[in-house]
Amino acid sequence: MTKLAQWLWGLALLGSAWAALTLGALGLELPLSCREVLWPLPAYLLVSAGCYALGTVGYRVATFHDCEDAARELQSQIQEARADLTRRGLRF
Amino acid sequence: MAAEEASRSSPRSRREPKGRASRQDKYSVLLPTYNERENLPFIVWLLVKSFSESGFNYEIIIIDDGSPDGTRDIAEQLEKIYGSDRILLRPREKKLGLGTAYIHGMKHATGNYIIIMDADLSHHPKFIPEFIRKQKEGNFDIVSGTRYRGNGGVYGWDLKRKIISRVANFITQILLRPGASDLTGSFRLYRKEVLQKLIGKCISKGYVFQMEMIVRARQLNYTIGEVPISFVDRVYGESKLGGNEIVSFLKGLLTLFATT
Repeated sequence: MTKLAQWLWGLALLGSAWAALTLGALGLELPLSCREVLWPLPAYLLVSAGCYALGTVGYRVATFHDCEDAARELQSQIQEARADLTRRGLRF
Repeated sequence: MAAEEASRSSPRSRREPKGRASRQDKYSVLLPTYNERENLPFIVWLLVKSFSESGFNYEIIIIDDGSPDGTRDIAEQLEKIYGSDRILLRPREKKLGLGTAYIHGMKHATGNYIIIMDADLSHHPKFIPEFIRKQKEGNFDIVSGTRYRGNGGVYGWDLKRKIISRVANFITQILLRPGASDLTGSFRLYRKEVLQKLIGKCISKGYVFQMEMIVRARQLNYTIGEVPISFVDRVYGESKLGGNEIVSFLKGLLTLFATT
């Protein structure tokens, strides 16, 4: 099953479960407090997902490691390499 | 046993190779180049240094796509300096794709492991011994360098570039759940037969090609290990990440999402 298919199945399953419960299609009479939460649940989840995404990406950008040492090391190794290769006869 | 090996081996390898690589293990580094006259001497020097110090057996295959800037001349000089058993020149007439460069390189590779990396010094050969150790440790089919985990990271990216990178990676992780943290990276170690199999199955280009390799690898149940690497981008200032590339990345991502 492709990832797209998995997502569609997952959404279809959750979506139909939610619809069944909120519309009372299964003949279950849920207490009002339950239904009050259930009805806007998809919207809540969407907003939470959005916040999670924003927070995660923000955190990861902020902690994105800057490799200053690597750049410095590379520079000095390039100097070393240039000297060594010239000694070995490389014409740059 | 290690001491016996060391005394029997040639004077050049005074230290036993770490990670207990067997005597038959050989690592072929594929270097596709286009206009890398400036960087080629240094990447080769660093590769030779890294392999000599760690004692692993290696060869470097330079696949130049008819660079007009004299890359081939430099490559020939390097071959004279280091020997044609270490530096193999396998050029092509004109600029063709990366996938075909790998295929072309592998035809001539005598190693049982293949290392792919960029020739522009953004990938540092010092990580290769770590890749090899990691591969031995977990008997992985693929070891991928990651910029996003551990103390992996990047030098030379501004905030905008970092944001684009993280957002792209986040979307990719959500949609593809690939089991690897850095999908667009191109610094990897493959078992030769694994790389051959994967290239045969991949059809995308550019960034997406590297992503597709990992996704296909997961489909085929190959194991993937990760090693944090530092990516020193000296080119970013000149080549901005344009709208075109972003669009083609998203198109490729959605294609993989819908077809794998």
